[in-house]
Amino acid sequence: MTDSVYARVRANPKFQELTRKRGRLAILLSLIVLGGYYALMMAVAFAPDMLRQPLAEGSMISIGFPISAVVIVVSWLLTGVYSYFANGEFEDLNNQIIEESGR
Amino acid sequence: MSAKILLPAVAAVLLTAGAAFAAGDMGAAAKQPINPTAIAMFVAFVGLTLAITYWAAKRTKSAADFYTAGGGISGFQNGLAIAGDYMSAATLLGLSSLVYLTGFDGMAYTVSFFVGWPIILFLMAERLRNLGRFTFADIASYRLDQSKVRTFAALGSLTVVICYLIVQMVGAGQLIKLLFGLDYAVAVVLVGVLMVIYVTFGGMIATTWVQIIKACLMLGGGLLLLFLTLAHFGFSLESVFAKATEAHKNGVKILGPGALLADPISTVSMSLGLVFGTSALPHIMMRFFTVPNAKEARKSVFVASGLIGAFFLVVCILGVAAISIVGSNPQYFEGGQVGGKLIGGNNMPIMHLAQAMGGDMLLGFMSAVAFATILAVVAGLALAGASSIAHDLYARVIRKGEATEAEEMRVSKIASLFLGVIGVVLGILFEKQNVAFLVGLTFGIAASANFPVLILSMYWKGLTTKGALFGGLTGLLSAVTFVVLSKTVWVAVIGYDKPIFPYEHPALFSMTLAFLVTIVVSKLDASAQAKREIAAYDDQYVRSQTGIGAAAASAH
Repeated sequence: MTDSVYARVRANPKFQELTRKRGRLAILLSLIVLGGYYALMMAVAFAPDMLRQPLAEGSMISIGFPISAVVIVVSWLLTGVYSYFANGEFEDLNNQIIEESGR
Repeated sequence: MSAKILLPAVAAVLLTAGAAFAAGDMGAAAKQPINPTAIAMFVAFVGLTLAITYWAAKRTKSAADFYTAGGGISGFQNGLAIAGDYMSAATLLGLSSLVYLTGFDGMAYTVSFFVGWPIILFLMAERLRNLGRFTFADIASYRLDQSKVRTFAALGSLTVVICYLIVQMVGAGQLIKLLFGLDYAVAVVLVGVLMVIYVTFGGMIATTWVQIIKACLMLGGGLLLLFLTLAHFGFSLESVFAKATEAHKNGVKILGPGALLADPISTVSMSLGLVFGTSALPHIMMRFFTVPNAKEARKSVFVASGLIGAFFLVVCILGVAAISIVGSNPQYFEGGQVGGKLIGGNNMPIMHLAQAMGGDMLLGFMSAVAFATILAVVAGLALAGASSIAHDLYARVIRKGEATEAEEMRVSKIASLFLGVIGVVLGILFEKQNVAFLVGLTFGIAASANFPVLILSMYWKGLTTKGALFGGLTGLLSAVTFVVLSKTVWVAVIGYDKPIFPYEHPALFSMTLAFLVTIVVSKLDASAQAKREIAAYDDQYVRSQTGIGAAAASAH
C-alpha cells in the first residue's frame, strides 16, 4: 500500500463525510449508553430509595430491577442502531471511497 | 433416651465428615453421588470437541489459519463465540450467586458487566479489525517502535492471560471436584491437557467451534432452567419476587441498593475496570481478527451483546428465584441448617436450583455445561498467549520478521504447551489461595496497561513510543501496587488488619495515571522518531476507518 493511495483517500470529500458522520454517531451512542449506565450507578449511590419504590401499587417488584433490565436492553438495541447505519449507509460510502482510491 | 440424643449427633458428624470429605478430594460425594448424566454429557462434549479438533487440524495450514481461522468466521458465528468467551463460569455461577446473596446489588453489578460491549462496538470494533492482524500488539505497534512497543504489549497480554488462566484453573479444579467427584489435581491436569490439544492441533478454528457449542449449551441450559423455574412460580415474576423477599434474611431490603455498591468511588473504579478491562482482554480482542472485515466485526458484536444481555437477564431472574427455592430448603445447606453455609460454597445457588427444578438430570447437564465453559475459556486464553509469544515475541521481535511460517507455527505450538504446563502447575500451587486478587489484577492490568496504549494508538495522533512505554509501565506498576495494597492481598493474603488502598478495583486511579503519563511523555517527546510516528498517524487513520490495506491481510 503506497502513501499516495492514503493521500488520495484523505483528499476525497466522501472520506471526510464518512468519518464525520460515523464518528458522530459512535460518540452520540456511547454517551447515551454511558449516561444511562452512570445515571443508574449514581442513583444506586445517592438515591437508593427511589430504586426501592414498587413497580406498581402493591407490587413486590421494585423499579430498580426493570430499570436495570432496560439499561441492558436499550444498550443492546443501540448496538443494532449503530450496526444498521455502519453496515448500511456508511458501508456503501466506504465502498465508494475504496473504489475511488484507485487500487 | 441416649439413643435419641445420639442419633442427631451421629447424623451431624456424618454430614460434617461428608463436608470435610468434600473439601478434601471426593467432591460433594456425600450429597451428590457421582452423577451419571453429568459424566455422560461431559464425555459427549469432549468427544464432539475432539472430533472438531481433528477436523480443524486438517484445515489449519497457515499461521493465519492458526491464529485467526484465516479470517473465515462469519459475523454470526463470531458473535456466538464472543458470547461463549464472555459467558464464563464466573458469570454463570458468580453473577447468579451475587443476586442470590444481595438481590438488587447483584443485578446492578450485572449491568456493569454488560455495558462494556456497546462501547467496544462504537469505539473499537472496526478499528481493531482494520488495523490488527493476529494480536493486539499489531495495533499498538502499528506506527510505533516495533520491537519496544510490541514487546511491552506482548508482555502485558501474557501477564493478563496468565493471571486469568490461574483464576480459571483454580475455579475448574474446585468446580469439577465438587460436581464430578474428581480429585483437584486430576481435574486441573485434565483441563490443561484438553486445552493444549484443542489449541495445538485445532488452533483458532477448533477454539471457535468449542466456544460456539458451549455458548449454545449454556444458553439452552439457562433457558430450560428459566422455563422450569417460571413454571414453578406459575409464570408470575411477581410471585418470584414475593417469595424471595419472604425467604431472604434481609427481606424487602433486597429490592433496593444495599452495601455492595454504596461507595460511588469504589463503584466507578470497578465499572471502569470492567468496561475498559473487558475491551482490552487479549482473548476477546483476538476474536475481532477472525472475521473477514469490519462489517462482520460489527455484526458479531451485535449478536454477541444480544446473547450476553439476554443470558445476564436470565441469570438475574434465576438468582432471585434461587433465594426462595434454594435458600429455604435445608437439603442444600451443610448440616441442613437453613441460612448456614451452602453445600459447595457460595457459588452454588444456580446448581442447587437446577437440582431442585430438574432433578439430577438437569444438575448433571448444568455441571457439564460449567465444565465445558471452563475448557472453552482456557482454550481461548492459551491461544491468545501463544500468539503473543510466537507472533509478537518470536517472529517479530526476536527474528525481526525473518522467521518462516513453519517456524512461527512450531513456536506457537510449543508456546501453547508451555502455557498448558504453567497453567497446571500454578493452578495446583494456588489451590488453597484466595484468587480474588487475580481477577482484580487481570482487569486492572488490562484496563491500565493495555487499554490506554491501545485506545490512544488508534485515536490520538500525538502518541509516541516513549509515551506508550512510560504510560503503559505506569499503568502496569500502579495497578499491581494498588491491588497488593488493597484488601484482596494486603488483608486476605498477607494478613494485615487494614488495607492501605481502600478499594478493591484499581482502575479509576491506575488508568487515569497511565493516561496522564502517556500524554505528558508523548508531548515532551521531541525526537525525530516521535515526529515520524506522529506523521504516520494520518495513513493509519485512513486504514483504520476504511480498511484499505487491511482486506489484503485477511485474504491469505
